Amino acid sequence: MSATPSLLDNKLVKWFDQRLPIVSTMHHAGMEYPTPKNLTYWWNFGSLAGFMLVVMMVTGIFLAMHYTPHVDYAFASVERIMRDVNYGWLIRYIHMNGGSMFFVVVYIHVFRGLYYGSYKSPREVLWWLGIVILLLMMATAFMGYVLPWGQMSFWGATVITNLFSAFPLVGNWIVTLLWGGFSVDNPTLNRFFSLHYLLPFVIAAVVFLHIWALHTTKSNNPLGIEANGPQDTIPFHPYYTVKDLYGIGVFLIFYSLFVFFAPNALGDAANYIPANPLQTPPHIVPEWYFLPYYAILRSIPNKLLGVLAMFGSILILFLLPWLDTSRVRSARFRPIYKLVFWVFVICCVALTWAGGKPPEGLALWVARIGTIYYFLHFLVFMPLIGWFERPLALPKSISAPVLAGGKA
Amino acid sequence: MADTAKPGSAAGVHDDANRRDFLFLLTGAAGAIGTASAVWPLISSMNPAADVLALSSTEVNLAPVQVGQAITVVWRGKPVFVRHRTPEEIASAEKVNLKDLPDPKPDSERVKKPEWLIVVGVCTHLGCVPLGQKLGDPRGDYGGWFCPCHGSHYDTSGRIRKGPAPANLAVPGYTFVTDTSIRIG
Repeated sequence: MSATPSLLDNKLVKWFDQRLPIVSTMHHAGMEYPTPKNLTYWWNFGSLAGFMLVVMMVTGIFLAMHYTPHVDYAFASVERIMRDVNYGWLIRYIHMNGGSMFFVVVYIHVFRGLYYGSYKSPREVLWWLGIVILLLMMATAFMGYVLPWGQMSFWGATVITNLFSAFPLVGNWIVTLLWGGFSVDNPTLNRFFSLHYLLPFVIAAVVFLHIWALHTTKSNNPLGIEANGPQDTIPFHPYYTVKDLYGIGVFLIFYSLFVFFAPNALGDAANYIPANPLQTPPHIVPEWYFLPYYAILRSIPNKLLGVLAMFGSILILFLLPWLDTSRVRSARFRPIYKLVFWVFVICCVALTWAGGKPPEGLALWVARIGTIYYFLHFLVFMPLIGWFERPLALPKSISAPVLAGGKA
Repeated sequence: MADTAKPGSAAGVHDDANRRDFLFLLTGAAGAIGTASAVWPLISSMNPAADVLALSSTEVNLAPVQVGQAITVVWRGKPVFVRHRTPEEIASAEKVNLKDLPDPKPDSERVKKPEWLIVVGVCTHLGCVPLGQKLGDPRGDYGGWFCPCHGSHYDTSGRIRKGPAPANLAVPGYTFVTDTSIRIG
């Protein structure tokens, strides 16, 4: 490549950078960052998640220019965006499907972390920050779904806020506080809009911390061993900037298929009926990315225990660095964990399926067995497998497995 | 670029550098075009929407407006002054020497029927609504309108005569639907 001069060679930039080292910091973090040279495409999903956050914030800001957070006007203002605002349909479909795409990307990112042990020392804080981002995303997505003020918006909001009534003593007080009244109504819609606009900026701040923690402990890699030195790493730019851009290109094709050809495939038709506080739709389901938790909630025939299990299914992830007792990170070298991991993935898919069905018959039993397995995986299998499993021999270095057949 | 595939040759190395530059520029161009086409709908969404454009014409019934009276109607969210001028007002508007005007326009170019003056009631200085529509309002030194914000005087043809405003009150596009009704916009 012809030598591209660094921005820091510029005298003016240098002058500024000596007073506020923003250019050199960006250069250090976004270009020089020594990255393991063996990252696979599973490592694309972090940057994809960051890309989705930007897409959601940009489209959301433009939607907010046309949206009216009032129970009498919200539904009509969304329909006005669809019919009258220039490219409003496009911006809304990008935002609406963007929610699903964001979760697709983040879930793959999380499962990649689970498979390759990215939560283990020294990356515990990095992992925690990721869970915080996931929780913030869930809150943001939930409140965003309420804003169009359709039937699913209203009844989803009613059901989810009522979850908090399960807590003894303070439950009803919390719910009234959330509502700002005695049912989901205009004050609820107003505050949900306010918070839906705020939380993405909080997410962006936690993403900054997440990346800071990442750049402190450095990226994990498919072998799960640390880089021994410069010979095991390559600079982030151009190697991974190009790879990430390529990933974004492929991802955009997938995303566009939904936006342009099946924009309502992931949504619920009932949300195109204006909210009616006097009539609940026959079958209430959350968006697909909440279905596993919804299945866990409904699988337990006790209000408080169901709510606790649902929240617990995510909060348990905070303990993962200690629940997993194996010292080997990557599942590549853990034959038993690798198997159990895939069973766990199937368990999550089954819970997603069961969460979308009415809670009766087969779906209820799948949800119950899935819930038990979900917690068994974390609380029993992970600690035990770490004890009795004999991991395969780890390579000496990131370079070793590649160079072994060659001259080294 | 098909003739560059000769690895090892000096020419090959040279062409490889050229090819990389070409690919770099191509990637940059694709990125720039892609970003621009993503930004376009966002910017476009800030322009008036279809329902706003649909409201951009207003019909006004002139029959109840007597000679000497004026009404204010709303068009595109702005006031439009409709004045049924008296013969004296028409005469004073017509006899002005164009050389005395900051923004010279004969009265005949500003009206379709001399008795009806229709202008946008927004001062061309900084957008205030001039006084002069109601009976007790000050009408300035020239019997038209007076803008209280920064003291611009308009005559009976809505032309600027004195004060900081740079131009005459704008004449909106309008047509007489019948003898006694107009459509603005």
